[in-house]
Amino acid sequence: MAKRQVMFTFPPELIREPVIYHLGQQFKVIPNIRQADISESKGWVVLELEGEEKDIEAGIAWLTSKGIRVDPVTGDIVEG
Amino acid sequence: MSYARALRCRKCGREYPLEPLNLCDFCLSPLEVNYDYKSMAAKVHREKLATGQFSMWRYHDMLPVEGEVVDLGTGFTPLIKANNLGSELGLDQLYIKNDCLNPTYSFKDRVVSVAATKAREFGFEAIACASTGNLAASVAAHAAKGDMKAYVFVPANVEPGKLVGAAIYNPVLITVDGSYDDVNRLCRQLTEKFPWGFININLRPYYAEGSKTLGYEVAEQLGWRAPDCIVAPAASGLLFTRIWKGLDELSILGLIEPVNTHMYVAQAAGCSPIVNAFQAGSLHVHPVAPNTIAKSIAIGNPADGYYALRVARQSGGGAAAVNDEEAIAGIKLLAQTEGIFAEAAGGVVIAALRKLVASGVIRRDELTVALITGAGPRTQEIVSDMVQPLHIQPNIESLEEALKVPV
Repeated sequence: MAKRQVMFTFPPELIREPVIYHLGQQFKVIPNIRQADISESKGWVVLELEGEEKDIEAGIAWLTSKGIRVDPVTGDIVEG
Repeated sequence: MSYARALRCRKCGREYPLEPLNLCDFCLSPLEVNYDYKSMAAKVHREKLATGQFSMWRYHDMLPVEGEVVDLGTGFTPLIKANNLGSELGLDQLYIKNDCLNPTYSFKDRVVSVAATKAREFGFEAIACASTGNLAASVAAHAAKGDMKAYVFVPANVEPGKLVGAAIYNPVLITVDGSYDDVNRLCRQLTEKFPWGFININLRPYYAEGSKTLGYEVAEQLGWRAPDCIVAPAASGLLFTRIWKGLDELSILGLIEPVNTHMYVAQAAGCSPIVNAFQAGSLHVHPVAPNTIAKSIAIGNPADGYYALRVARQSGGGAAAVNDEEAIAGIKLLAQTEGIFAEAAGGVVIAALRKLVASGVIRRDELTVALITGAGPRTQEIVSDMVQPLHIQPNIESLEEALKVPV
């Protein structure tokens, strides 16, 4: 089992959708929320995903295709 | 002996032992080194520091290292009074901190020197990084000096000529197919698989501390006072936050008066997530896709963006973004007024400073320090239009004609 620490940033139109629930159901990924800030106009969640590497990848690809931005919590590693 | 006591989560305050860790297990926020300032204060005083070596390691007691350091002679770079540039911009007390004059030509030597030292203390036989420029060169050079192996990861589409500055130190240079995001993802996975000190991942809390020395030096070189304003570039935001921490520590230790410095973030408009958040009044830094010539500060998802934003706000400072044309004009202005050839990030700082002064945010009488963090020659192609020689024949008449001097 692999773990991945990520931040989801939601566009306003997706804030009401239970995407984290669907991520767990459809991709067998266990979401473990550590921080979040949700309002009517914006939303972000910091969480750890646990599952098979391929399932995490597929889940992230699904979220991205829906318009949710997925970023690593460590930020960008490649520096100038 | 170091006065470092623990790693502490910047958000929730949980503490961890001084190990190669960078994230809080609980809230996944970054960790930073916490010190026993009471004991440190008993040991550190101005007179003792003034007799130290002319490098960043004169502040050895204020850094989280235990023994022999991996040092190329970094730091204590010139703080020059920039009268010509000040006059051009409308500032009476402008200083330039010229960190181009570090051994591998950028401020990265400060952070890598501390991280490489910790890597050796932790028993890592290799240090690693992902970089296309300044960081790669610094990591490779410190590995050479510290007799460690270096692994440098680079996106495969980077021109080979850009890699000479790192390759000369003979690291293991690895080009990776894929986008920047792919390289980012690979590098995070590598820290779980390989026993390496990854300079800005598992060594990040220590790496960060090296930046404090910029703040220490500025205050000491000004005669033990903090400036009224600092304008600094921000990429991950780490440097910006640690300059502030450095000044704050000097105040805690009683070496300077309470700090009232306004901190200003400078970013390129093509990659300005921190400036965007500041200007929007947001608490959240939204990642962006970088598109700027200022590659050395083009970080779209800044790990310390939130904390840099907080420093800018808490210090009563601000933020400014400039486009690539303004940055190039900034490089030229600095070179042509003060004789300092900076990389694009330096141009961003000068152009941002110009905006902040022109809009009255920074006042003429405020003692202002602009941080120039990297040298120009590594990316000189961005100002190649400056090469416009007068072409003459090998005789005096031809020269006089070219110079338009009456014969």
